Amino acid sequence: MSRIIDKTAAELAADIRDGRLTSVEVTTAFLDRIDAVDGTVKAFLHVDRDGALATAREVDEAVARGEALGPLAGVPVAVKDVVVTKGMPTTAASKILEGWIPPYDATIVERIKAAKLPILGKTNMDEFAMGSSTEYSAYFKTVNPWDTGRIPGGSGGGSAAAVAAKMAPLAIGTDTGGSIRQPGAVTGTFGAKPTYGGNSRYGLIAFSSSLDTPGPVSRNALDGALLHEVISGHDPRDSTSIDAPVPPVVEAARLGATGDLSGVKLGVVKEFKEGADAAEPGVVAAYEAGLEQLVKLGAELVEVSCPSFAYALPTYYLIAPSEASSNLARYDGVRYGLRAGDDGKRSLEEVMSLTREAGFGPEVKRRIILGTYALSAGYVDAFYGKAQKVRTLIKQDFEKAFEQVDALVSPTTPFIAFEFGARTGDPYQMYLADLYTIPTNMYGGPGVSVPVGLSEGMPVGLQVMGPVLGDDITYRVAAALESTQDVLLADTAPEISAQRFTSFDEGGK
Amino acid sequence: MSTISREEVAHLARLARLEVTDEELDAFAGQLDVILQSMKTLAEVDTDGVQPTSHAVPLVNVFREDQPQPSLPRDAALAGGPDTFEDRFRVPRILDEEA
Repeated sequence: MSRIIDKTAAELAADIRDGRLTSVEVTTAFLDRIDAVDGTVKAFLHVDRDGALATAREVDEAVARGEALGPLAGVPVAVKDVVVTKGMPTTAASKILEGWIPPYDATIVERIKAAKLPILGKTNMDEFAMGSSTEYSAYFKTVNPWDTGRIPGGSGGGSAAAVAAKMAPLAIGTDTGGSIRQPGAVTGTFGAKPTYGGNSRYGLIAFSSSLDTPGPVSRNALDGALLHEVISGHDPRDSTSIDAPVPPVVEAARLGATGDLSGVKLGVVKEFKEGADAAEPGVVAAYEAGLEQLVKLGAELVEVSCPSFAYALPTYYLIAPSEASSNLARYDGVRYGLRAGDDGKRSLEEVMSLTREAGFGPEVKRRIILGTYALSAGYVDAFYGKAQKVRTLIKQDFEKAFEQVDALVSPTTPFIAFEFGARTGDPYQMYLADLYTIPTNMYGGPGVSVPVGLSEGMPVGLQVMGPVLGDDITYRVAAALESTQDVLLADTAPEISAQRFTSFDEGGK
Repeated sequence: MSTISREEVAHLARLARLEVTDEELDAFAGQLDVILQSMKTLAEVDTDGVQPTSHAVPLVNVFREDQPQPSLPRDAALAGGPDTFEDRFRVPRILDEEA
């Protein structure tokens, strides 16, 4: 029969609750899988075998005592390294935080612990979540389990690759411009960016505070929804957290899985199909085949126009680096992390500059300089201020579209996973990976990526974008699309073997 | 025409306390230029009378009760410091004199 690691999180939770499996058995199976394949995939920066098994034993004891347990109790999860975990190394994949052990937990980690999900470890990412390929990790590159010569997306490439390679049934990501959805698309996994403010940012290492949103990574929509409900909800420690009920995403995923979308209107964004912004042909073909399936389930397609989406990318690259340059000012070599060049003679300012030069990688430096430029005297209104106004226009495009339709659909990313090194020479080419995901971040609404098919043997994702606090519709449409697939796309990834490990040494860069 | 010079990048790096290398300056000036050119397209958007957006759901005046709450214990706060001395963070000299 199927291995433990092939089961979905929902199946594992039921097996644990009903006594067919123990959490220790389940957690051990994933830890053993990490031992077997992470030498190839390199998704984890840190693995916490003892901590994960300790939580698993607690769950098993609770089951034995007949205690009521949460819906994912005992199911292990991997956490992106940008989320702080008390007593467990957290680096945001940066050298400037190498060896740092946080003295507190992020709110979403507190909630994961309260719900008794064993934490397997911390996943690799682009440094401070800046990137679309995980090539900007200061430690090592994570490979795409589908083709070890290709990128796993980014910034959350580690979380997506861990789930795609079945080293974890669930993972946490964060999405500022597409860092959950784009890795999901290129690794054949499901990823959801919730409504901004729906999930607490307390304990997320800040990149762009008006955009950063944590969310679930999984193999299907239902598993993602279950994790979404574990981590979501108002948090008084985050003043941008929304004090409103969590959208019923689990119920919506179950409804979608019945395969009925009658009465659901889906908007197809006209501007994504045209000109320079069009996706590559193989991606378009897989996406359009997915749209046909959605229509067969009863959905109605409506073409909508969102003219301001064309400005989303430059708007993002003003707002995100501006906020990043401010947020990353805290890495001054005084209170935590690296300190370089402190010879007892140099001044604080000199030590600070040397520390930041030694501790930050190239993409982080580029964005700090860009943000410093955009916020400098005389430019702040023309750049940051202007970008925030264009953001309003993008938001208005969404709001207008949602007067006509229930959700918008698009390919998640314009191209399949590219080969290592293909886009690091020209940062702008890298930024294009997030062309279709960024508008949602500008608006603040929810967006999910669900696997829709293959192009050149590599996974393609379909994005569903919903109205603010309408996360449920995005899960419903994603689950409905999955119901048309005989096997989850995530379950058709090629097996990773020792053979592939050898080829990685040649294919990797 | 380039929108940002190598000297400007060096100045910005100094403002941001980044001791960048010559190679980095060469690379960044060209790369930032491409990005800034793309940003210039925003100038063509008419935003007269448009209010700025910073949140999906506009929130104003988020307050909490002014109740004392436990804070991070001192030892835990100091534990991550690169150099601590007698319950304090030790810092390099901040005034322009010999140490």
